[in-house]
Amino acid sequence: MSVLVIAEHNNKRLKAVTLNTIGAAKQLDNDIHILVAGSSCNSAVESAAKTENITKVLKINSKELSHVTAENIAPIIADLAKNYTHVLAPASTFGKNILPHAAALLDVQQISDISAIIDNDTFERPVYAGNAIATVKSSDDIKLITVRSIAFEPSSNEGGNAHIENIPSKGKSKLSSFVALRETISDRPELTSAKIIIAGGRGIGSASNFALIEKLANKIGAAVGASRAAVDAGYIPNDCQIGQTGKIVAPDLYIAIGISGAIQHLTGIKDSKIIVAINNDENAPIFQVADYGLVADLFDAVPELENKL
Amino acid sequence: MKILVPIKRVIDYNVKIHVKADETGVDLANVKMSLNPFDEIAVEEAVRLKEAGKTSEIIVVSIGSEKAQEQIRTAIAMGADRGILVQTDDPIDLGGIEPLAVAKILKILVEKENPDFVLMGKQSIDDDSNQTGQMLSALLGWAQGTFASAIEVNNKSIIVTREIDGGRETLKLKMPAVITTDLRLNEPRYAKLSDIIKAKKKELEIISINTLDIDCSPRLKIIKVTEPPARQNGIKVSNVDELIDKLKNEAKVLS
Repeated sequence: MSVLVIAEHNNKRLKAVTLNTIGAAKQLDNDIHILVAGSSCNSAVESAAKTENITKVLKINSKELSHVTAENIAPIIADLAKNYTHVLAPASTFGKNILPHAAALLDVQQISDISAIIDNDTFERPVYAGNAIATVKSSDDIKLITVRSIAFEPSSNEGGNAHIENIPSKGKSKLSSFVALRETISDRPELTSAKIIIAGGRGIGSASNFALIEKLANKIGAAVGASRAAVDAGYIPNDCQIGQTGKIVAPDLYIAIGISGAIQHLTGIKDSKIIVAINNDENAPIFQVADYGLVADLFDAVPELENKL
Repeated sequence: MKILVPIKRVIDYNVKIHVKADETGVDLANVKMSLNPFDEIAVEEAVRLKEAGKTSEIIVVSIGSEKAQEQIRTAIAMGADRGILVQTDDPIDLGGIEPLAVAKILKILVEKENPDFVLMGKQSIDDDSNQTGQMLSALLGWAQGTFASAIEVNNKSIIVTREIDGGRETLKLKMPAVITTDLRLNEPRYAKLSDIIKAKKKELEIISINTLDIDCSPRLKIIKVTEPPARQNGIKVSNVDELIDKLKNEAKVLS
């Protein structure tokens, strides 16, 4: 028996979180298969076949999978799962959307967002916004698991030579249909793989003031993030949100600007290597987790930082 | 049109949690409990749809201890019409009633109440699983729209905009459907005192979980629950120059 990884990809290449998921699969078994389901997805299939540790690529190339919906793909995953001990997907919005749907079809209690593998039945996962770590042992015959990408080293996207097997699609679900996708266009790195992140909070004060953060980020090649408070205030889109209800990040350097440090935000950044906080309130909780804290008016400190870097 | 809104009683999101010393779970005795924030957004959206004349009845359902009646009353005070509590003494955060069992219970209630759609939070802030809506959609064979930041209800379909990594996706769902809410869908109202008083008189049906004939035994055994490792205390720097110096020469994260 082997492990199946559900690839998140853009038809051209595997997304970085898929490589982390393969990294987790490696701890379970040496025989790792990957499902690449998409439309005109040959490039993604080829890159999957070259990925280290992959022994077989299951390819579904079908027009109705150009935009994957849970209703389309979950029945495919549920059928395939019967041949595997574990089915893993990244704990991204992609994996979170589809895998529980497949788990219910299989009558399996999914294990969400694992951060460590103890043995083939036992896993650690953060709960209560990461303020507690639960070690859970599954009694289901097939384990369906989403993987917290920052907790696992990625597999290399070269060195593999896997066999590719075509499998049929199940056709189009009549339940839902794709209407539109508005992608956030940015030259900056993705939050979940960035080495440096500059994040702003409610202290930034307005959407236009976020330009301060963006200028600094552009200068040093950083990704831009935000606290939930900044997102709620409408300063910046939700996909920039870092924290329990947004993205979990672990860059080498995290610079929190005008962020007070609510528990739910700290959860999302606590695995960063170095945390810097710039805030005018010296009692802000963010300073309790910051390696370097600067009590200053961000409207002075941020432009100065940008000039001097 | 009828909407079913499942809600959950959870620890208030402002409360700092404490892991029990015997590592069996999180201490919930004598802490403030609230309506799960994402469920509050779902209730608010349902109420707005009712105010816009798009729906006629909102039924809130919860699974939990008898105390979960408080959260059902809160939802009714916000504008829901009536409530159902599936009562259990098992834990609902860890090691008790899990998402798959919740989805099975909700399926029974859906079959009983025949709503046009189900609107619910994308995750509860206790066990953070983010599964129940997707599972309910699968068990019912209904359309699924997760992480909604905008909902437009038409006659036979719902247009839902979803918050996804790297942007927003819009789907057209055939009714009936299951929709889960994300943060930016709306900002929930505070219930007025007069509505809170009135809510106490609204219908709240209580069903014992044992009467439903579902196997709710947990599939995930809790081995232990521990505190996450703490970060080392840091230092304060006095100005931007010192900060840059530390980042370059001490932490070596900038070149």
